[in-house]
Amino acid sequence: MSKIIVAQQAPLARRNFLGQSGGVLLSATAISLMAGCETMAQSSNKSESQDVAILNTALGLEHEAINAYQLGAESGLLDKGVLDVAVKFQSDHKAHRDALIATIQKLGGKPVMEMKMGDYAKALKADTLKSQADVLALAAKLEMGAINAYLGVIPAFKSGDLAKVAGRLAADETMHWTVLSQALGRPLPNKALSFGA
Amino acid sequence: MNGRPIVAAMLALCFAHAHGAGDPARGAELYEARCTGCHSLDANRIGPMHRRVVGRKAGSVRDYAYSPALGKSKLTWSEANLDRWLANPEALVPGQKMGYSVPESADRADIIAYLRRETSTP
Repeated sequence: MSKIIVAQQAPLARRNFLGQSGGVLLSATAISLMAGCETMAQSSNKSESQDVAILNTALGLEHEAINAYQLGAESGLLDKGVLDVAVKFQSDHKAHRDALIATIQKLGGKPVMEMKMGDYAKALKADTLKSQADVLALAAKLEMGAINAYLGVIPAFKSGDLAKVAGRLAADETMHWTVLSQALGRPLPNKALSFGA
Repeated sequence: MNGRPIVAAMLALCFAHAHGAGDPARGAELYEARCTGCHSLDANRIGPMHRRVVGRKAGSVRDYAYSPALGKSKLTWSEANLDRWLANPEALVPGQKMGYSVPESADRADIIAYLRRETSTP
């Protein structure tokens, strides 16, 4: 299996500084995403409630991804280097989660709650994971599903700012999928425009 | 050149799609690519489980948190309603929570054919 290299994380103190905002801890990503949504967040109407519903679907995807990586990390099946990457990808999903929760709340919505770990394990058939490749394949499948979901909901957003957020989330998931696929020794997609088709 | 065979083929294709006779094999591929981000056949995830969805009352899967709008819709998932749902969920059930749609009628027919096949599979 190919070696995966991940960049060093930013120092903790700096990350905490970036994330402290009015008593609510937001990730740098959340702040960045929210910055584009300020004007849109000032009013409330039916279009925004539809956008909130889509954001909550996205939040459900992020909850599931976080728990899937947790299941993989706790499986004892991952090599140290792969585990480091899994934790890094999980941290991306946590940043997405924080950004989505902050945006949903700013729009006056109620963020969907995370399910219990056992429910995720059952839904994702975690008991069938017997090797590192199984864990990576599950992660790759979920990342691909998230890519297609994010790309698929872009036209439904009433807000162009939120459509852009969905595109940025899809880009992160595409990066994850590409790394996972390479680690699994899978070929690149044969055709262009394969994502979201 | 005699265009009758082409016209007949096009009419047959339109007739097939109008009556929901899609291709379940292609539908399985489309389902894998477009639906499994949120759905599974046998588990509630971001969306409800899909096995035996054809003919099921909307909002009736146990332990799945539906939107109030869908829960009150009184819809049954006939193939015609599934087609309308996939084409534009918000138009069929205002206030529902699925932001994804399938614009092409042939794609919808194939996905519904796959769901119909899986409905009859234990």
